[in-house]
Amino acid sequence: MSHDPAEMSEDDERAPPADRGRAEYASPHADQVLENVLENVLVFLTCRRDRNSVSLVCKSWCRAEALTRPELFIGNCYAVSPARATERFERVRSVALKGKPRFADFSLLPPDWGAHFAPWVSAMAGAYPGLEKVYLKRMSVTDEDLAVLARSFPRFKELALVCCEGFGTSGLAVVASHCRQLRVLDLIESEVTDDEVDWISCFPDGATSLESLIFDCVECPINFDALEKLVARSSSLKKLRLNIYVCIGQLYRLMIRAPQLTHLGTGSFSPSEIVQQGDQEPDYASAFAACRSLVCLSGFREIIPDYLPAIYPVCANLTSLNFSYANINAEQLRSVISRCHKLQIFWVLDSICDEGLQAVAATCKDLRELRVFPIDAMENNEGPVSDVGFLAIAEGCRKLQSILYFCQQMTNAAVIAMSNNCPDLVVFRLCIIPRYQADRITEEPMDEGFGAIVKNCKKLTRLAVSGLLTDRAFSYIGQYGKLVQTLSVAFNGDSDMGLKYVLEGCSSLQKLEIRDSPFGDSALLSGLHHYYNMRFLWMSSCRVTRRGCREIARQMPGLVVEVFSWNNNAQDRGEENDIVETLYMYRSLARRVDAPKYVEIL
Amino acid sequence: MEVGQKRVNMLGEDETELRLGLPGGGGDHVAAKNGTHTAKGSYNGKRGFNETMDLKLKLSSKETAAATVDEGKDLPKERNLLGGSGDSVKPPPAKAQVVGWPPVRSFRRNILAQKSSTGGHEDAAFVKVSMDGAPYLRKVDLKMYKSYQELSDALGNMFSSFTIGTCGSQGMKDFMNESKLMDLLNSSDYVPSYEDKDGDWMHVGDVPWEMFVDSCKRLRIMKGTEAIGLAPRAMEKCKNRS
Repeated sequence: MSHDPAEMSEDDERAPPADRGRAEYASPHADQVLENVLENVLVFLTCRRDRNSVSLVCKSWCRAEALTRPELFIGNCYAVSPARATERFERVRSVALKGKPRFADFSLLPPDWGAHFAPWVSAMAGAYPGLEKVYLKRMSVTDEDLAVLARSFPRFKELALVCCEGFGTSGLAVVASHCRQLRVLDLIESEVTDDEVDWISCFPDGATSLESLIFDCVECPINFDALEKLVARSSSLKKLRLNIYVCIGQLYRLMIRAPQLTHLGTGSFSPSEIVQQGDQEPDYASAFAACRSLVCLSGFREIIPDYLPAIYPVCANLTSLNFSYANINAEQLRSVISRCHKLQIFWVLDSICDEGLQAVAATCKDLRELRVFPIDAMENNEGPVSDVGFLAIAEGCRKLQSILYFCQQMTNAAVIAMSNNCPDLVVFRLCIIPRYQADRITEEPMDEGFGAIVKNCKKLTRLAVSGLLTDRAFSYIGQYGKLVQTLSVAFNGDSDMGLKYVLEGCSSLQKLEIRDSPFGDSALLSGLHHYYNMRFLWMSSCRVTRRGCREIARQMPGLVVEVFSWNNNAQDRGEENDIVETLYMYRSLARRVDAPKYVEIL
Repeated sequence: MEVGQKRVNMLGEDETELRLGLPGGGGDHVAAKNGTHTAKGSYNGKRGFNETMDLKLKLSSKETAAATVDEGKDLPKERNLLGGSGDSVKPPPAKAQVVGWPPVRSFRRNILAQKSSTGGHEDAAFVKVSMDGAPYLRKVDLKMYKSYQELSDALGNMFSSFTIGTCGSQGMKDFMNESKLMDLLNSSDYVPSYEDKDGDWMHVGDVPWEMFVDSCKRLRIMKGTEAIGLAPRAMEKCKNRS
């Protein structure tokens, strides 16, 4: 599962003070004393929102804060240039960078759009020799970038690449061999090219400091013997998530060497060859039983349900279970889930059907996060899960905070029930797969259901809507969604009013992504008062025109307004009245210098 | 499908669909609601892009643009719902699936596509492609192509665009020189071969396309000198099979 760094705010991109001389307003002595005292105090300030507030007090506070900030979070890699960021913050030990907009995950961003790690790693190589941690999400990372990273930071300890692409096993090999103090190597939902390099063998001989090795997304065979030896000499290893090329027999061998594991990704969870009857198989259950600290289980990429009982010994302690690659039915699930009383996070495929969800609701009273993914991502008349399972969860899991639910059918009643039963909801993402789908029973739009969510769930910060929605739904969102920071809209709404309600009402809005909805220039222009407070706005296949986008760019010089389409090239930009295929705009202190030809910056 | 029909009637007019999605979107919608399924492999727009993503390392924009154009003949139909640059909107094929909908990550979708056992869907047929002397492998989904010519064009694009000068030795630089590479590919110096289900290495093009897609496990573009032994065996195998 992807992990995000602790909640952090957006405002790291503020301008540094105009003058950087040390003692310009007070006598040098007093100023230095102040800064020394301040620096010693600020060391204790870890939350970046607080740090941003501190930096606003006055110039010397801003400077002191900049000198003491150890963790740099850049929510949009194009919001500030690497040079500017490294000039302001001098003593950074940990950097988090996010690149492409989220809709890139769904093939809505043309290839080679950008978010290159290269300029960042090269700036940091010079500025932060003491760098220890790098977290990248949706960035384009090459093997060369990884080589620069591995060679530039002798104290480097933690690398996490989430939803990244552009590198391969060659890059991993360089990191493994050169980062001698490596504690964390987490590759999560990234695309890794198979260069046929045995990167596992590249870790140094002797005891390692490895605490976390996550490579379940790496779709290449690995050298198992080398992995076994690596695990054996990594006594601090707590998190190990294997890829599909590790069969269950190999999993056993690893588990008996690492009973201290807390997080385990089981790999394929099936034997490498057909197991004949009478073959001696290891006692998998005993290996699981020996892992007394195991709290998080995932993997099961090619699960043969016969092997499920092996995990029974750990179920009672599990707080997180990811079955989202396991094609199992309700009955098979029940045997496991009925033992998981402490479960808080559960990801699963809809193959478990509504019955399976009822079993979850019956046992997992502590559930905080549920994600139900579709096996079959086509628009269908019926699906295995529906409002029935949804309602069961609403009634059984009252502590729910986060839900992502794909289904073919839904009712307002079920959604309203969840809004009433689960007041702690922070994240509500409902995806009714057939577009423009109405309430299954009443055939009305889904306005009232989503309206109830924003009205009753007073802690809601993230919302994704779907189904048949009129402008009324958006009026509810604007009226009640005062804490909503992230909103996703797709194939919804009737007119510009929908978007206007949102832009005028949602005062906390930071990230707005919209596709295929009838919102045009008039709606776009109604958000001028708010765009500097937002990280980005994405609108694709809507009704905004080049003229409207240009007007935004003209009035708001602090925004970068990117306009592009798949078949665009520099010579054929189109007329001012033409509807643009994609608008992606974001506040920024920099101009992009690396935009591909199809991106037009207005 | 009934709900769909009723919805249209309830809102009074078909035009509503056109307001939102345009002819293409509406057509999509109706087709989808009628329960027609797209074979996963046949949707060129999304697959085309995923294909391009599979090309991973060292993509030059030229290469990806070329690859996208190759696969993307359908792209404007599905994606360009609002006729972005003033081109006339072409209605999508009847069984088209909308790009990026539902919002399941490509990574997850690919994995589930390979596992899916529901009837009526063609699984993807990913095979590795290596070229002697090239530093990196690629993967292709053979179901994306309908003929040897299409596959050959795609392979040519894939291996012709390594960026010059970023790799080590001079020899590598020469290899990466695009025009030299294309000459090599087009000449008889390089022979595409494949490993079939029996583990034998065969000459690409000897068997009918569908048979090839079913039996090919791996592709290798060999240097001509190594491929000499292939042809006779391929002929024998065909004779044995027929």
